[in-house]
Amino acid sequence: MKFGRRHIISMKDFTRDEIDFILGRAIKMEDLLKNGTSDLLKGKILALLFYEPSTRTRMSFEAAMLRLGGDLLNLGSKEASSIAKGETLADTIRVISTYSDAIVLRHPSEGSARLASEFSSVPIINGGDGAGHHPTQTLLDLYTIKRESHLENLDIAIVGDLKYGRTVHSLAYALSRYGANITLVSPPQLTMPEQIKADLKIRGAQVSETENLEEIMGDIDVLYVTRIQKERFPDPTEYKKVAGAYKITPNLLENVRQDMIIMHPLPRVYEIDSSVDNSPHAKYFEQSFYGVPARMALLTIILGVEM
Amino acid sequence: MRVRPIRDGTVIDHIMGGQAMNVLKILGIKGTSSAVVSVAMNVPSKTQESKDIVKIENRELEQKEVDKISLISPNATINIIRNYEVADKHRVELPDMVEGMVKCVNPNCISNTNEPIISKFQVKKDPIRLRCLYCEHVITENIAELY
Ligand SMILES: [Zn+2]
Repeated sequence: MKFGRRHIISMKDFTRDEIDFILGRAIKMEDLLKNGTSDLLKGKILALLFYEPSTRTRMSFEAAMLRLGGDLLNLGSKEASSIAKGETLADTIRVISTYSDAIVLRHPSEGSARLASEFSSVPIINGGDGAGHHPTQTLLDLYTIKRESHLENLDIAIVGDLKYGRTVHSLAYALSRYGANITLVSPPQLTMPEQIKADLKIRGAQVSETENLEEIMGDIDVLYVTRIQKERFPDPTEYKKVAGAYKITPNLLENVRQDMIIMHPLPRVYEIDSSVDNSPHAKYFEQSFYGVPARMALLTIILGVEM
Repeated sequence: MRVRPIRDGTVIDHIMGGQAMNVLKILGIKGTSSAVVSVAMNVPSKTQESKDIVKIENRELEQKEVDKISLISPNATINIIRNYEVADKHRVELPDMVEGMVKCVNPNCISNTNEPIISKFQVKKDPIRLRCLYCEHVITENIAELY
């Protein structure tokens, strides 16, 4: 598979074979993690350009790079704000790409990663571009499903803010590559955009929609819960209504499939009661761990390490 | 009403009914312009419901202008008139990509900042949709407003 030096901008750019290849590599990375560290990326430098804070994504990339024996260049938050005032992103990328072997970019504007790829001499990894894409989140979600459930013949319910949630959109696109049976659960104000639903059907996903989470709980392998963001609602009482609509509690889990798993990209607020954390169904903390091997896999692949 | 033939210039025919004013806008023709321009609107047509026609004297269009017209009126024809004769006649052709012509409607798109790039859109047909190559936002309506 030809992957070396490729930019990682959007999950839409990936074929199923390519996704399978990355997930297969992630399994090797997880084995490697069990045996300590490695020096697969010794001498390589990953630059982390975060124009907005995202502790989880940044630290997960840092952990992945350190576990592989590589080094990091980190843009401090002060520097980020001073660059944001003056220099263009294009110029910053032109310079930073001469210092490093790959760049993770997190930026508030949609399309910023695509722009960066036009000016960079090294691979760009999109670490989130505004409401656009967050492909490595999708890779770790897929990896979690592969490890804790199964990607073939998957029955998955995606719950919460399906309108604005970029990770949910790109997860659904990727799952359509596996012919998944997707149930979209959201309040009417936050349903998945029509255009995306149409795309999903064309790509082979079975898509249905409901507002009622309870009635489908017994028919799913994966319950993917997302946060409903307060800032989307001008009226706080409206927010309270929908925010409480899908609270995952032990009661809700009474009649689920034995091996059903619950995922959440974190951070969570109201959506999952902490009394669910000890349930065998809860896999959201495992999910955040899986971000490390998934990102290790991606880094070795784009930096041309053969295994 | 009959509009007299022109000696030199361009006749844009088969403009989608109601789009003539947008064609003038694309060509930068305002009421204050000195160009001699005739416009016929909602003319009955054999090939489409109704059509508009724009005649411009002493001006031949640039390819970029023709491309812009194609986005709002994909069946328009361009007739170049020289000495009262049709010297060249062709349909507009919808390009696969338009660069630097249309502004992205997504206010949070990186192409709307001071970065050293021009806007780029992939063009899809039936109906015409423009997909921003940066933010992937799809524009389907009021394309003429975005020039
Ligand atoms: Zn855009």
